[in-house]
Amino acid sequence: MFEAIAFYLFAALTIVMFTITVMTSQALYALTAMAAGMIFISAFFFLLGADFLGVIQIIVYTGAVMALYAFGMMFFDTTRNVVEKGTNPQIVFVLGVLAAVMVVTIFVAPIVSNNIQALYPIQENIGNSQAVGMVLFTKYLVPFELAAVMLLVAMIGGIVLAGKKMDKSLTLMKEEEIGGLDEGFEPEAGGH
Amino acid sequence: MAITLTHYLVLASVLFVIGLIGVMRRKNLLMLFFATEILLNATNIAFAAISHYIGDLSGQMFAFFIIAIAASEVAIGLGLLIVWYKRTGKIDLDQMNSMRG
Repeated sequence: MFEAIAFYLFAALTIVMFTITVMTSQALYALTAMAAGMIFISAFFFLLGADFLGVIQIIVYTGAVMALYAFGMMFFDTTRNVVEKGTNPQIVFVLGVLAAVMVVTIFVAPIVSNNIQALYPIQENIGNSQAVGMVLFTKYLVPFELAAVMLLVAMIGGIVLAGKKMDKSLTLMKEEEIGGLDEGFEPEAGGH
Repeated sequence: MAITLTHYLVLASVLFVIGLIGVMRRKNLLMLFFATEILLNATNIAFAAISHYIGDLSGQMFAFFIIAIAASEVAIGLGLLIVWYKRTGKIDLDQMNSMRG
């Protein structure tokens, strides 16, 4: 009973928050509504017994990703209303529903046909974090290391792209300035 | 009234529809990134729910890797977006045609 109440409450809250994110014309409203929606999504993970995933959801999404977006939005003009494409809303809705049905079919087909086995079954006597650690550092060690390398690459890429002190960054110059770099041409710092 | 796997899959598909609608109707690239985050979160819910009802931890593992991918996507995408905004002053999708694609 408690689970049903929690599920419906958080489902309604999440849907409302994400609808605000998608439909609003104010960038700041979209940002805050999405931060709230991420927190509400972690409630589903706690309901499903995936405690570690719920904590990671809160830390990574509302801690890191949202902070990064808020930092990035300082560069943009967020007070201006966001202009949308003039697409037909019915076409958009039909296409969205069709794609979602396709995704659900992909997920449900192995379950319906009973063509699925629990490779790493959840054991009763150990906690979720311990079980996740045991599976992650044995069976999924190589993807884990690859994800670490990917995050490092992403970090370096983010620093190089948005770095402040890199006046001679190739990404900030016009094409002519990059061409004139060899002849000792000094480009002006700061683009816009 | 027990909550079954179907409930969670319906919720995930509803969130996925919301995200797809956002991807299709937004022109501002920052708003487009928000919509992709919603898409990734919808699949995360489906993975965690299936992991719980099948009794298998693999679903949670894939959800972890999706979160890692989302974090790197935000870092790189936002960096590119800042560079583009500094160069042109706009982040509209329709004006990104410098490669004449």
